[in-house]
Amino acid sequence: MSTAATTVIEVRTAPHLHSGRSVDQIMRHVVYALLPMCFYSVWLFGISAAALIATTTAACVLIEHWSCRLAGRETSIGDFSVVITGMLLGLTLPPGLPLWMAVVGAFIAVAPGKMTFGGLGFNVFNPALVGRAFLQAAFPAAITTYTPAMALNRFSQFIPTSLATPFLKAAPLKDWIAQVRVDGFTGATPLMLQKFEHVTTDPWTLFIGTRAGSSGETSALLILLGGGYLIARKMMDWRIPAAMLLGALLTGGAYYLSNPVKYPSPLFVLFSGGLMLGALFMATDPVASPVTPRGMWIYGLLMGLITVLIRFEGGLPEGVMYAILLGNALSPLIDRLTQPRTYGEGKRMFAKEATTR
Amino acid sequence: MSLMELIADKHLDRGLHVPEHKDLTSGLPIRRLPFAPMLVVPLSQHAGTPAIPIVREGQEVVRGEPIAKAAGFVSVPMHSPATGRVAKIALAPTARGDLSMAIYIAPYRAASQEVLYGAPQDIGHMTPEEIVQAVQNTGVVGLGGAAFPTHVKLKVPEGKKIDTVVVNGCECEPYLTTDHRVMLEQPAAVLHGARIAMRALGAPKAVIGVEDNKLDAVEALRDAIDAEAARGLTGITVESVPAKYPQGAEKMLVKVLLGREVPSRGLPADVGLAVFNVATLAQIGELLPVRQGLIERVVTVTGPGVRKPGNYLMALGTPLRWALEQADCSEQVSSVILGGPMMGPAVGSLEIPVTKGVTGILVLTHEQVNGHSRIYPCIHCAACVDVCPIHLNPSHLGMLARKDRYEEMEAEYHLMDCFECACCSYVCPSHIPLVQYFRVAKQMNRERKARA
Repeated sequence: MSTAATTVIEVRTAPHLHSGRSVDQIMRHVVYALLPMCFYSVWLFGISAAALIATTTAACVLIEHWSCRLAGRETSIGDFSVVITGMLLGLTLPPGLPLWMAVVGAFIAVAPGKMTFGGLGFNVFNPALVGRAFLQAAFPAAITTYTPAMALNRFSQFIPTSLATPFLKAAPLKDWIAQVRVDGFTGATPLMLQKFEHVTTDPWTLFIGTRAGSSGETSALLILLGGGYLIARKMMDWRIPAAMLLGALLTGGAYYLSNPVKYPSPLFVLFSGGLMLGALFMATDPVASPVTPRGMWIYGLLMGLITVLIRFEGGLPEGVMYAILLGNALSPLIDRLTQPRTYGEGKRMFAKEATTR
Repeated sequence: MSLMELIADKHLDRGLHVPEHKDLTSGLPIRRLPFAPMLVVPLSQHAGTPAIPIVREGQEVVRGEPIAKAAGFVSVPMHSPATGRVAKIALAPTARGDLSMAIYIAPYRAASQEVLYGAPQDIGHMTPEEIVQAVQNTGVVGLGGAAFPTHVKLKVPEGKKIDTVVVNGCECEPYLTTDHRVMLEQPAAVLHGARIAMRALGAPKAVIGVEDNKLDAVEALRDAIDAEAARGLTGITVESVPAKYPQGAEKMLVKVLLGREVPSRGLPADVGLAVFNVATLAQIGELLPVRQGLIERVVTVTGPGVRKPGNYLMALGTPLRWALEQADCSEQVSSVILGGPMMGPAVGSLEIPVTKGVTGILVLTHEQVNGHSRIYPCIHCAACVDVCPIHLNPSHLGMLARKDRYEEMEAEYHLMDCFECACCSYVCPSHIPLVQYFRVAKQMNRERKARA
């Protein structure tokens, strides 16, 4: 008889082929795409930024690992999603933030922000932003204290606040900044300068990123490169960042046209603050964003709109974080209202779409 | 969306590109296999009522002779695939995993493959009703895999009018090349079958849709169309469409070719169409004029697990084990699949016979079927939403299935429109067996309704 007679054949259900994509592979590539921003951040802000990003990443990974152990299940750090959370949290914080606060942020991001919902795939909000939002509420002064880029001695000296002792008042930074400052660089972010002093930074500086700001948000160029890489590899959906940037551009443009003296140009709106980082790496968190094609556009446009509204109408200089968290909260609703018309189904009216916008 | 799709005006807007692997067999001409020592002809090789045997155990039969009659309208007769003796009428394993009644025929040792049974009949003077009856007598069913009795589709439903016959030559499943070879080698038979269908349905037009990975078949069909035109026969056109899975699903193809959408839970006849597979029409074109029955079909035996892949013309009832021996099956077999790798079932026994709906026998080795991949939670990446050709939301359906909310899946999320093309499972980075969840959900709903 043939050789097949002695062979055990397996019975499985179709399909018998698979694209080969896996969650851990996608997450790993997101980590790769974030690395250039991390390196640039270290170059701009020195060892403080390195310590900050390393601290948030390590803390997030350890907390997820321990949470899994506590829940008596297999650790999920192998899917790399928590590495992204840690890196993103570090990248959205001011480089001189006391490291102990960063650990608190990491704890909030992972433990209540992700693991209590059931871990990857079940969190309602982007975990890194949950951590950051908590820090913003708990330590409003520290999280709005920015230090200048390209400071002298940045590779040999920590920013004094980085190593602050928990719960003690950190040393004021004014004297230190005056000491290490290089001409042309201030500790104020372009958004603060624009909002409070009406000084507009030129778009090229914003695009390249030699400015003050959160450790990873400064270079639009590197963010676009990283995001472009993921989009080209089909590991990120281009529609959400496109919609969010378009939403911000349109809203910013409307403001600019209404009063070009008071409001900055739409280009400034696009490249300043955390909009780029938020649009490409936080709003695109698939878990907390809609899955329907129309839903993605609505979600993105809405977040772009809210970002600019907070910047121009609210008391805060930046609104990306709250815009994305609000978008996250709305995304199940958006999904529900934008279910696509299925093949062969009678044409349905989409009156609902207007109400969500 | 690829560049080709931007240029081509007719294309499938969802679905995906799966590695084709068709070059293993697409260049190999159709070759005949010898008879297996025992042929097993199941009484239910088609969708519908099983046929009723009209032979006794021990009886001698001639190749092509009817051995079972149709049991009603949605049923077809069976014909003996070989000259020999009816060994027994008994249970035989099926691809579904259960057992069903079959006629076992032991061919005589020197039995010829020539078909002597049959007589010419004049199709030109037949009424549509007579054509429908004659097609039922051939036992032809959908050879593209569905195995739905063809004559049923040749009868225009009450109150409907068919304006176009759509001929499906897409063969979008990876690995399969039977339709490709049939179009290439028997284009005249395909056209002849299409003309018979047009006459039965009163349709003035027929359009043949072929994917652009088979342009030589398009050429062959065009040549045959030109030859017919020289004889004054018109009305059939052939169109090539950019290859994409699952374009061969009839709902997809009619949308791409004619821009018509078959209504949810409706039939192509609802939009004036009737869809037939090319091989089905080729068989009708060959069998009807000589009043013969369907006794053999072309099967692509392929995959990394066979050393002599090919397009083999084999007698219906040939056990898989025999077919695989002829194709020189390797030792590293891990699964044997009937049909294509996207929708075809893996079989649990090699004693299962080749039936009318078997398009291919695909043999995968351990390299293709690598262990059970780890299932991650759904990360809502929307990859499944972007490929679903029906525009369902497989991500959400999968979540509902996990919670056993089967009724909600059907009532609110169009579960019954899913035709199990498996695009969602193919792309899912979390390796969630979505289409399997949907099969289970449909079955659970069917059982619940049956109980009610």
